[in-house]
Amino acid sequence: MNQIDLKQLTAPPNSWHMLRTLAGVGIFCSLLIVATYQATLPVITTKKLEKLQEAVFNVLPGAASKANFRLTPDGRFEPFEGTPKGETLVYAGYDRQGKLVGIALEAYGQGFQDVLHIIYGYSPEKQAVVGIQVLESKETPGLGDKIEKDPAFLANFEALDVSLSGDGQIQNAITAVKKGEKQQPYEIECITGATISSKAITAILQKSTGEFIPMLMKNLATFEK
Amino acid sequence: MANDLFKMPETAVSTDEFIKGLWRENPVFVQVLGMCPVLAVTNSGINAIAMGLATTFVLVMSNILVSSLRKVIPKQVRIATYILIIATFVTVVEYLIQAISLDLHKALGAFISLIVVNCVILGRAEAFASKNTLANSFLDGLGMGLGFTFALLCLGVVREILGSGTIFGIGLFPDGFQSWVVMILPGGGFFTMGAWLLFFNWLKERNKKREAALSESGTGVK
Repeated sequence: MNQIDLKQLTAPPNSWHMLRTLAGVGIFCSLLIVATYQATLPVITTKKLEKLQEAVFNVLPGAASKANFRLTPDGRFEPFEGTPKGETLVYAGYDRQGKLVGIALEAYGQGFQDVLHIIYGYSPEKQAVVGIQVLESKETPGLGDKIEKDPAFLANFEALDVSLSGDGQIQNAITAVKKGEKQQPYEIECITGATISSKAITAILQKSTGEFIPMLMKNLATFEK
Repeated sequence: MANDLFKMPETAVSTDEFIKGLWRENPVFVQVLGMCPVLAVTNSGINAIAMGLATTFVLVMSNILVSSLRKVIPKQVRIATYILIIATFVTVVEYLIQAISLDLHKALGAFISLIVVNCVILGRAEAFASKNTLANSFLDGLGMGLGFTFALLCLGVVREILGSGTIFGIGLFPDGFQSWVVMILPGGGFFTMGAWLLFFNWLKERNKKREAALSESGTGVK
């Protein structure tokens, strides 16, 4: 009895058994993962879309309905229906009378720890950013994550001036200033203790508004109902 | 733990396999395993429960699979097979959490994927499931998982009350309460963990002394 055990222990490993085990378990595991992915995908996609839809109304005060538009390669916009697959989308919001309230845009940029994903609302009438919401962030809890809910900071985005000058570009780039030093309508007051996160938001907005708002204003007629 | 080494693999279903993980061999407070998620995600009660249940699910499922394959897995490739099985169930649980709540998924972040390297799970697969019957392995996984959840909850509740002034999201204190931000940062995890370990070790010492006193008085009567 003991000798058989000893033989088994010292015998060279049987490659076929190892291969069989690893391949078998591998196939089983991949099937399980694929099945779960397929089963949960529709639910996850719907939830992500729902979250984005809610956000559109949050950043466009007064909007009652919305329509999606897609950016075409030649810099114009066209109505878009269905599920997005990598397109750049903007969301036009309308009030109860069907009048254009504003346009919501998504923007990405480097935050303190990871990429920040935000959505902001632009009002062509006021020529200003009228709302902002952080969709994804990994900022420090208790410090950097104040950019998501600090009321004084969010007040910066009730009417943040991004008006265009005569040549169709943004007149004054959005800039960050220390708390209590805001004098111009295009300045963002940073949060004490969350300077890097506040500046990250500023940089994201500056880049995105500089790129998109001249394009939106040129195509404004497309969005009117 | 020491008893396990000398115990012969049993075929009978024993409820002790379930109960030991809850208290006597609690993975966090007694074995001090899996510290990374314990310290990182316990900044609120809800996060602690979610993380605990996700780990329990992976622990139970991997124990079941490892135990049912224990006779066909060659010992040279056992660790690779265990990791493959664990990683699969972690991926499954990640999709499930995303489907249940995106906010929860956001709060737990990278730590869901890191369940793969939680040594509690690999530890139970290697030390228990690979040598015991399916039923006992299931009970062991469930007990260890719930013990882990209990420990996470102990930390999560304390840190949430002190760090955010809430419990499961419900406000506890009047407006004037200044929360201790450090408690929801990683450092607070260490402070809380230290305090709980102190408490549990004190409890253990006290019980030991009592038992010693009891047995002494017992022999005295004889």
